[in-house]
Amino acid sequence: MFPKPIANRSRTYQLLYKIALPIVLLIWLLPLLAIFMTSIRSSVDINTGNVFGWPSQFLLIENYTEVFNRSRALLYLKNSFMITIPTVLLSVSLACLAGYALAIYRFRWSLPIFFLFVAGNFVPFQILMIPVRDMSVSTGLYNTILGQVLFHAAFQTGFCTFFMRNFIKELPFELIESGRIEGVGEIKIFLFIVVPLVRPALAAVSVLIFTFVWNDFFWATVLTQGESVKPITAGVRSLNGQYVNNWHLVSAASLIAAIPPVAMFFLMQKHFIAGLTFGSVKQ
Amino acid sequence: MRRSNHLKYSTHIYQKNKLVLSPWLFLIPGIIFFLIYVIIPIFQSIWVSFYEWDGLGQAEWVGLANYVELLDDEYFYTSLKNNFIWLVLYLLAVPLGLFIALFLNQVVFGIRFYKSLFFFPFVISQVVVGLIFSWFYNPNFGLLAHIFISLGFEPIAILSDENLVTYGIIFAGLWPQVAYCMILYLTGLSNVSRDLMEAARLDGAKSWRMLWYVVLPQLRPATFISVVVTIIGALRSFDMVAIMTEGGPYGSSNVLAYYMFETALSEYGFRLGYGSAIATVLFFIMLIYITYFLWRLYKNEKGI
Repeated sequence: MFPKPIANRSRTYQLLYKIALPIVLLIWLLPLLAIFMTSIRSSVDINTGNVFGWPSQFLLIENYTEVFNRSRALLYLKNSFMITIPTVLLSVSLACLAGYALAIYRFRWSLPIFFLFVAGNFVPFQILMIPVRDMSVSTGLYNTILGQVLFHAAFQTGFCTFFMRNFIKELPFELIESGRIEGVGEIKIFLFIVVPLVRPALAAVSVLIFTFVWNDFFWATVLTQGESVKPITAGVRSLNGQYVNNWHLVSAASLIAAIPPVAMFFLMQKHFIAGLTFGSVKQ
Repeated sequence: MRRSNHLKYSTHIYQKNKLVLSPWLFLIPGIIFFLIYVIIPIFQSIWVSFYEWDGLGQAEWVGLANYVELLDDEYFYTSLKNNFIWLVLYLLAVPLGLFIALFLNQVVFGIRFYKSLFFFPFVISQVVVGLIFSWFYNPNFGLLAHIFISLGFEPIAILSDENLVTYGIIFAGLWPQVAYCMILYLTGLSNVSRDLMEAARLDGAKSWRMLWYVVLPQLRPATFISVVVTIIGALRSFDMVAIMTEGGPYGSSNVLAYYMFETALSEYGFRLGYGSAIATVLFFIMLIYITYFLWRLYKNEKGI
C-alpha cells in the first residue's frame, strides 16, 4: 500500500491524520455546504446580507416547497426521468448487442466498427448540433421527450458499446464455444449465457448513463423550446434568470436537481466506480 | 490446400454462414442509430460550413469564405486562446487528483464514506456546479467576497473581470474534474503491487523516490485515462461558460464550444454556416486527441 499505512506510524501522526480528514473534507465541500445553508434561509437574510451568519429562521421545508409551488420544478423533474430512464434502457440494450458482436465474432470489420463507436463518443457536441437539430425539426421530434431520448440513446451507445465489448471480451470464450457445440442458437447463447454473466457491467454502465444524461444541459437547450419538455438542468437555469434576488430558491432548486444522481451514486456506488474506472487498472 | 479447406468446411456451410451473418444482426440496430445521430452529422456539419445559411432561407455556397472570416475574427481568437488556457490549467486536475487520492489511501474508520464524499462534486450536474460558483464569486454576498473582506481586502468581481473570468470558470470546473481523477487514482492505488513495494522498501527507497519510480509507473493506465478525459472535458467545456458568464464580459470568457452555439443559435443571429466552421475547427483539434487515443487502443488490441 502507498503511502505507508498510518497504522505503522506514530500515535501523534495518526491523530493528526484523523483530525485533518474532516477539515479537508469540509474545505472541499464548502461551496456545497454554503449553498445548502443558503437554501434554508429566508429571503430577508439574503437581502440584508446575512449570508454566512446564523440564519434568522430555518426554512428547510418552506423553501423547498416554495420551489415546487412557484416554479414548474415538478414538471422538469418528471421530464428528466422520462428522458433519462428510456435512454438508459435503449442505449444499454443496443450496446449490449453491438458489444457482443464486436467481442465474440472475428470478422474484418470488427475493429474498425469498434473504433468508430469509440471515436464518435469523443467528438464535440457542436459538430453534431446543427444537423441533429435540423433533423429533429423536420421529423417533428424537436421539442419532444422522444427527440431527446433518441439522440441521447444514440450518442451514449458509443460509450456503452466500448464498455460492453471490453467486458464481454474478458469472459471465458469456452462458454460460448461449448454452447455452439451443443447446437444452441446464437441468439440463445447471447440471451441465456452472455447476458446473465454481464449483469455487473450492465449495472455499471446504466448508472453512468443515468448520471450523464440526467446532467445534460447542452442538448436540452438545443432540442427544446419553452417549458413543457425541459429537463431539470435547463429548468434550474431558467429559474436562475427569473429569480434574480431569490438565491435561497435557486439554491434549493439546484440541490433538488442534484438529488437523483447523488442518490443513484450512493445506492450503486460499487457499480458506479467500477464503471468509471474500468480500464484504469490493467492494460 | 485451399481446396481441401473448402471441402472440409463445406459440410458446415450453414454453420459458417451463420457465423458470418450473426455479428451484423447484432450490430445493425446500434450502428444505424449511431450513424444517423453521430457519424453522418459530422460530415453534414463540415458540409454546412461551406455555406452561408440562416436556417430558414436558401443556403448559399460560399466555399471557404467562413474560414477566411474566422481568420479575422477577434472573438474566435479569444475563444481559441481560452480553450488553450482551459486545456493547460484543466490538466492540473490530474496531479491534484493524485494528491487527494494519496491523502485518502489509508485504512481508518469511515474512510470509504470520506472517499464517497470527496467524489461528490463529479456526480452533480455542471449546471449546478456553475450556479454554486457564480454564487461563490458574487461580489456582494458571495463566499469569496466574505473571505476577502475578513482579510481586509476589497472583494473582486471575478466573473465581471475580463482578465480573471476564464480562470474563475476553470477553477470551478476543476472541482468535479479533480474528483474524477481522484477516483481513477484511488482504484489504481488499490491495485499497486505489494511485492514491488516491499522490494523497493527493502532497498531503502524513500517516499518520493518510491512514488516516482515504483508507484507512478504502475499507475500509468490511470494517468492515461485521467489525461484523456481531462483534455476532452476541457475542449468540451460549454455548460460552465453558459451558466456562469455566457461568454462575457464582452466575449472574454468565450470558448469555441460556446462561441459556436452563440453564433448559430442565439439572439446574436442564426449564422449556421459560420457556426459550423467554428465547430469544424473544434472537431479537428479534438481529432488529434481522438486519433492518439485510438492509436493507443490499437496498440493495446494488437498486444504491441
